Amino acid sequence: MERINSANELEALRKSILSSRDTNKPCITICSGSACHASGSKEVASRIEEEIANQGLSGTVDVRKTGCHGFCEKGPIIVIHPEKICYFQIKPEDVSEIVTETIIGKKIIERLLYTDPATNEKIVYESEIPFYKNQERLVFGSNGSIDPKNLDDYLAIGGYSALAKALFQMTPGQVVEEVKKSNLRGRGGGGFPAGSKWEGSRNAPGDIKYVIVNADEGDPGAYMDRSLLEGNPHSVLEGLTIGAYAVGSHEGYIYVRQEYPLAVENVTTAIKQAQEYGLLGKNILGSGFDFTVKVHMGAGAFVCGESTALMTALEGRAGEPRPKYIRSNVKGLWNRPSVLNNVETWSNVPLIINNGADWFTKLGTESSKGTKIFSVVGKINNTGLVEVPMGMTLRDIIYKIGGGIPGGKKFKAVQTGGPSGGCLPEELLDLQVGFDELTKAGSMMGSGGMIVLDEDTCMVDVARYFLEFLTDESCGKCVPCREGIRQMLQTLTKITQGKGKEGDIELLEELAETAREAALCALGKSAPNPFLSTLKYFRNEYEAHIKEKRCPALSCKELIAFYIDPKKCQACTTCARKCPSNAIIGGKNLIHMVDQEKCTKCGTCFEVCPPRFSAVKKISGEPVPDPIPEEARIIVRGGKKNE
Amino acid sequence: MDNRVDQITDKHECQCGHSDNIEGLSDRVDQIIDKHNCEASSLIQVLLEIQSENHWLPKEALDQVAERLQVPLTRIQQIATFYKAFSLVPKGRHGIHVCMGTACHVRGAQRVLDTVENLTKIKPGETDLDLKFSLETVNCLGCCALGPVVEIDGKTHGKMAPAEMADVLKNYE
Repeated sequence: MERINSANELEALRKSILSSRDTNKPCITICSGSACHASGSKEVASRIEEEIANQGLSGTVDVRKTGCHGFCEKGPIIVIHPEKICYFQIKPEDVSEIVTETIIGKKIIERLLYTDPATNEKIVYESEIPFYKNQERLVFGSNGSIDPKNLDDYLAIGGYSALAKALFQMTPGQVVEEVKKSNLRGRGGGGFPAGSKWEGSRNAPGDIKYVIVNADEGDPGAYMDRSLLEGNPHSVLEGLTIGAYAVGSHEGYIYVRQEYPLAVENVTTAIKQAQEYGLLGKNILGSGFDFTVKVHMGAGAFVCGESTALMTALEGRAGEPRPKYIRSNVKGLWNRPSVLNNVETWSNVPLIINNGADWFTKLGTESSKGTKIFSVVGKINNTGLVEVPMGMTLRDIIYKIGGGIPGGKKFKAVQTGGPSGGCLPEELLDLQVGFDELTKAGSMMGSGGMIVLDEDTCMVDVARYFLEFLTDESCGKCVPCREGIRQMLQTLTKITQGKGKEGDIELLEELAETAREAALCALGKSAPNPFLSTLKYFRNEYEAHIKEKRCPALSCKELIAFYIDPKKCQACTTCARKCPSNAIIGGKNLIHMVDQEKCTKCGTCFEVCPPRFSAVKKISGEPVPDPIPEEARIIVRGGKKNE
Repeated sequence: MDNRVDQITDKHECQCGHSDNIEGLSDRVDQIIDKHNCEASSLIQVLLEIQSENHWLPKEALDQVAERLQVPLTRIQQIATFYKAFSLVPKGRHGIHVCMGTACHVRGAQRVLDTVENLTKIKPGETDLDLKFSLETVNCLGCCALGPVVEIDGKTHGKMAPAEMADVLKNYE
């Protein structure tokens, strides 16, 4: 490929790519994100390619391996273009039929379609599926239609036109002003206005400045940045290059976890291609602007998501944060002005430059503009990545898009903002999502993790879980974080073990207040949030653990027991066969019992007991009933049962 | 460092032709360092590549990195112990990664981890004495819809239940 030397040449190339593509030619797009890979999409893709060759269709049908389509619960997903027929949970053995029936015969295969659980109707097209139709997929939408390893795909959807516009029609100052006017706030957690950050760097003294992509993510349960970088790396690169032009930087870094190998691979390929096309490197598009990007793999530490720690890690040192007497945008990487934004923030930039700040600000709430990608996971029917306009209510996200709670269970809370966030109860379901709205309610936006919890989830254990995570991930540099969070974890752990005592809640509150005030970085300052929000909305659960030694959600291992109701047990032996610790006593015609000494409380017996018997009970705060006598345990088949 | 780790290291050094491996590794370490232009700022990248190829960081390799990059060994050890990606002891033939992300946690990841610990007799961060399994926990594998998720040697096992874990582990020699 020859490099592109002007905006006109870029447009000419785009037209040539589009004219060479027949929009009526069948094309099968297959989700090849990490989640679908785990569900077997690689095997499906190979089988599709084989089948097309075997059926003599090579050259007449395109196959495109795309990034994550978002609806991970239903993966592997394929969409057949141009009709956009959507098939879910495809197995390699379905492929032959798909090619024969749908590609050649133009017939729909009903069993592979989405079934709306509300109406039981089959839905053929992606745009009509509730999960998709209630979203506003501006940043994430292209993920499902382009091959991340093919720059032409990105150019075909208008890629790099925003960069050309910025370089040839706008001054760097105008770019900064446009981003400021859009009120784009950082999507990584802090919510700091991106334009102001850029302006600070632009005005800072020094000729050498840096722009950095924070692709460390690391929030447990959040994977939108990873999916965006995997599926549409050029959108991130384009945003980064525009940012570099705006602040006067000629060197950029993508700090990405080595735990995200597909993201590393795809963004590395994207950089190479962009250099070949003249969209990165020297004299970009013939504008005279030079900009290079390097990929720097992170070794997996949550604290490295913090800006100063990330920059320290980029310098090749242990990623510990430092006090921000001087902000990183003035004195950051190697003490030079450095703009750090996360993946999703950078991906918003081309949209703002192309469509204008006024277009962007029409979406969202008063203080939170645009859209946000959420990772909607946990106890929810439609698990996946969801992009919605800021201001949509939690209820709409969880029920209209997420499809509600599985198994007829009751919604209990939604945890937003990752380990720095908090849990919001049912009475706040009509809260509009936005940076300030969530903070006021005691949680936060964070990077967009949204974990739905049902009635079986213990809120004390959720707080303990996050404190455990943060204790493990704390860099240990400051005492309030290193020691304070550890003490909080120990107290919470004791409570979940039934060893809590009067005064523990007050002690936790005091420790939380100290960490909030005195910790060095955001990790420590926000660490108490999961505890404080669960205490605020679910104090009764803390009190039940401490005063009654009872876990109301029947979740905490040390406070529950499994017991087989002798009146219901039919000695089917299912639980005995599945129990991994051989803790079930009983035989084919003998009512079963749980050996409480051997039981590891894994819950397998409870889960596998056939619903028609429902003989296994979970109990908490009450003694396990005494075993019935041996002679009463014998079941006489053929009508008569023990009485 | 617990006793188990000491035993593993000793066993590895005396039974696995350790010194031969180190000689081969030495050339490769040089190549990795050269690829990064011998820049001290590439220290973490260099260690990641050695870890990726060798599965752990032997003391000899760290000495070599320190000498060539002109970085104090104490700093390298600080980094090698700070980040979870690095291991200063040999790893087992099979790497078990149990996802402990929030989505997996609320769907029972702890019960799965407890079962793996019971079956392998090792805790997260440890390797068994036969160098068969190394157990790690990870924060999110990006497969939340399949939770609880366990990844063994790069193969993902989704929607795992404690009862299924024993069957899965039987397949690894």
